[in-house]
Formats: sequence, structure tokens, C-alpha cells
Amino acid sequence: MDRILEYYFNPKVIALAFPDVLAGFRVTVAVALLIIAFGIATGLLLALLRCANLRLLNALIVVYVDVLRTLPQLVIIVFIYFGLPYVGLTLSPFVTTVLSLAMVLSAFSSEIFWSAIMAVPRGQWDAASALGFGRVRTLLQIILPQAFRLSVPLLTNRAISISKGTALGTAVSLPETLGQAQSVTAIVANPSPLTLAAAFYVLFFLPLVVASRWIERRSAQGR
Amino acid sequence: MQALLDNFADIDALMRVYPLLLQGLLYTLTLALVALPLGLLLGLSIAVAYSFHHRWLNVALLIYIDVFRAFPVVVLLILVFYGLPFLGLTLGGFAAAILAIVLNNSGYYGEIFRAGIASVPRGQYEAARALGFKPLHVVLYIVLPQAIRNVLAPLASNSLELIKATSIGALVALPELLRSARVAQEQTYNPTPLMAAAVIFFVLLYPIARWVARLERQALVAR
Repeated sequence: MDRILEYYFNPKVIALAFPDVLAGFRVTVAVALLIIAFGIATGLLLALLRCANLRLLNALIVVYVDVLRTLPQLVIIVFIYFGLPYVGLTLSPFVTTVLSLAMVLSAFSSEIFWSAIMAVPRGQWDAASALGFGRVRTLLQIILPQAFRLSVPLLTNRAISISKGTALGTAVSLPETLGQAQSVTAIVANPSPLTLAAAFYVLFFLPLVVASRWIERRSAQGR
Repeated sequence: MQALLDNFADIDALMRVYPLLLQGLLYTLTLALVALPLGLLLGLSIAVAYSFHHRWLNVALLIYIDVFRAFPVVVLLILVFYGLPFLGLTLGGFAAAILAIVLNNSGYYGEIFRAGIASVPRGQYEAARALGFKPLHVVLYIVLPQAIRNVLAPLASNSLELIKATSIGALVALPELLRSARVAQEQTYNPTPLMAAAVIFFVLLYPIARWVARLERQALVAR
């Protein structure tokens, strides 16, 4: 018991590590929010572009979506960070992490939006056109609001699970929570900073996880 | 164009390191084949335990599920790998990666199975009890087969994510595919092995991703 306190909940070490881990936590939050904002916005844009029914564009979007949904996130991060400099494109760890995970989220969310748009009954389009709505107006004002409702639970789950990937940034030495805690741990030879990092992650993601369960339950009832 | 070919499709570099990549692929497959059944089994056990409606047990199980869903799997891996040795429990990279992936996914699988069991009407349970089935048998033979059908899409999707997550083994120097590709890249001073690893991951995972996408679409339409 004493050893557990000494090594995992050592107040001195935690106090020492706190400023660094907190700075890392700021990076984690910033990266996660940027990923969610860019990822979902780009995903929506891609889904809307697909509605234009341009063959070549749709083929490109499908390839983009399939590749990014299929590859492990860490593979994409490592490829961008260690591979692209060879062709003259060097990105910072911050940009690499945000870009990689936002692309992954955009792929998943565009597919979710697209499936939801397709799941809105065909009759809605016909009824809108009978009422004199144009295609774009039908899409934006009639189909999308219904599609949004269908996609919310899948989208929140996906956004949370991908923004958890911010910790992968540690592989390209992004100074986020985990990386900061690891370096302090190495210096003081005591893993209490890791406990602190774990606490930060739980503090940030647990409310989101609980909220996503609530959203899922509500949308299941609303059917 | 030539620069792209030289850097990402250098056949000479590839010929020198392909045995390394194949070994990496085998290692990745081993990780996946060990972690997948363990994660499924643990998640299923949690959901079955949950279905007996013991109040305090269920509170504990929900906390377990949510905490492990909130933890990024990388953070879990670093905690297990760098934190536990201070307690005198030193796990090798393989065991640490398996433990982290299984714990994380047992939360996800537990939640999915739990939702599946909750989706089976209570009358099924009562009818089977009235016919003389024991409570455990009701869950195993009556409720679960229907529950699993209802949550096949998220189960498949999570299994894909589990296989993708094995790439975090690279962070504790496990010679899985991504790590092998990085080593090969350093040997050849050329990022072609990284590209090759990405292609191998894609070929391996794409059929599964297609299957998952189809299940998800069906589930969305069935609503």
C-alpha cells in the first residue's frame, strides 16, 4: 500500500509535475477541439459535395474516405511526419496531429452524413419538388435537418473516439498531456505524473463518454 | 512525379527490406488474433453480468465501462508499460500491449453487448423463465443470439478499430508492421517502407472496412 502511494500518488512529485502536465493538457484540449471542428466541417462538406452527383468527384471522395477510414491513425500520423519531409513537406507535430486526425474524422463523418442523407425517405425529395423547392433548397432545408438527427449519436461517438487519439501525438513528440507526463516520469524516476495525466484524460473524456450514452438513449427513444 | 516515385515506390529499397515488413505483418496479425477474442470475451462477460440487474454490481460495471472507454488506449499502454514496473510487475511489450488493448476494448465491447441485451424485449426473458430456463441459460440461449444480431454493426466496427489499435505497439518498440516499417526506413534512408506498410494495412483491413460499412448502412436503414 505504501509503495502504491509512494509511486503513483506521491504528492511532491505530482506538485512538481503539475505545471508541465497542465501545459500538456492545454495542448490536448486545443488539438481535440481543432480535430472535432475541422473534421466534422470537412465531413459535412464532403457529404454535400457527394450530393452534387459528379462522377469523378464522387470517386475521389470515396477513395479519400475509404483510405482514411481503413488505415490506423498512428500509421497516418507517422507517414505524414516521417514520410512527407522527403518530398519537401515538413509539418510540425501539432499540425501533423491535427491534420491527420481531422482527416480521419472527416472521412468517418462524411460517410455518416452521407448514409443519413440517403436514409431520409425518397418521398421527401418528391414532396419538396412538388411544392416548388429547388434541389439545393430541398437538401439544405428539408433533408439535412432530418439527416442531422439520424447522425448525431454515431457522430458524437466517432468524434470522441477520434479526439482521444490526440495522445498518439506523443509518437511525433507533440508536447501533450501524455508526452509531458512521460518526460517528467523519466526525470524523477517516479510514475506519479502518469497518474496525473490519466486523471486529466478521465476528467476530459469521461463527461463526453457519459454524455454520448445519454444522447444515444435519447435518440433511440425518439425513433 | 519522379521525386514521388523515388521516395514512395523505390523497388530496390523495398526488395532489401521486405522480409522485415513480412515479419511485422505477422506480428501485427498475432497481436490482433490474441487481443480480439480476449476483448470480446471480457466485454461479453461484463454485459452478461450486467444483465442480472444487481444494483451495486451494475454501478460498478458502468464505471468500469465508462472509465475504460474514456481512457485513450495509448495512455493505458504507457501506464501499464512504464508504470507497473514500479510495483515490481514488469510486463514485456507484448503483454503490455495486449493488456492495454483488451482493457480498453472490453469497455467498448461491454457497452455494445449491454446495449444489445437491453434491446431485446423483456418479455423474451420472462417467457423463457416461465418455460423453466435457468437465468444464465435464458441470457445465453434466448437473449444473446437476438442481442448480437441487433448490434452486429458496432461489434464489427469496434473489432476493426481493435485491429487498427495494434499499431500502438510501435510505441513500446514491438516489431509490428508500423515499427518494422520505421526501422526499414532508417535502414534504407527512404520512406518507401512506410508507404508499403500503409498499403499492406490497407489491403489487410479494407475488406473488413467494407463489410463494416455495409452493416452500418443496413442498421441505419432498418431504423
